[in-house]
Amino acid sequence: MKEICIKADKNNIEEVFSFVEGELAATEGISRKDVLKLHMIVDEIFANISDYAYGDTKGDVKVSYEYDSESDTVTITFTDEGVPYNPLSAETPDITLSAKERKAGGLGLFMVKNTVDDIRYETADGKNILILTKIVGGEGNHV
Amino acid sequence: MFNIKANLSGTTLNIALEGLLDTQTAPKLEEVITEKIGAADEVNFDLAGLEYLTSAGLRVLLTAQQEMDDKDGKMTMANVNDEIMEVFEMTGFTDVLTII
Repeated sequence: MKEICIKADKNNIEEVFSFVEGELAATEGISRKDVLKLHMIVDEIFANISDYAYGDTKGDVKVSYEYDSESDTVTITFTDEGVPYNPLSAETPDITLSAKERKAGGLGLFMVKNTVDDIRYETADGKNILILTKIVGGEGNHV
Repeated sequence: MFNIKANLSGTTLNIALEGLLDTQTAPKLEEVITEKIGAADEVNFDLAGLEYLTSAGLRVLLTAQQEMDDKDGKMTMANVNDEIMEVFEMTGFTDVLTII
């Protein structure tokens, strides 16, 4: 498992992409589709943590990457020490609304949940731990 | 990598996007749209070069669509690739946008 620890600031998102995409490039059998979907997942989660986990003082986020060759899965884990927040409890946006009725926001987590194969939230020692797992190398079976 | 080519000809605004539309790049598109959409009654997006987008990109497209709807304008999205179409379908944007 590889990991980086970085301030929860959107200006640092490029560094998180570099870390994850560097690991993906070094993992065999990763398709461009996998890279794009994992880019989206990282973008949504890191942006959410940057926006909401901490107040004005930006705390740290730990991002870890793990590839399991037996199950062909990539697991990316985000750990922050911000306000307790379980993203799995977020309201599901109404995707049947017209353009006029729609409000910005809420779609990111929805997209992540629909793209990963497993998503788990844990809390320990005041930390938010979000564990996202995606099957890679094939079409993937979404659950 | 992200590129925007925006060209306002008369009241038709043509916008070609290239690369990834995400948290980092969506504000650049928003800036271009804010600057040019006022003069347009038709906006045509060409997504041939766009690889993928995140919810930050969807938000900017939604705002543009709402603005065009408010003034009875027209907005279209052309050359949507399979991965982006999957996102549009997942989020119900296939009913919000006019995909040609």
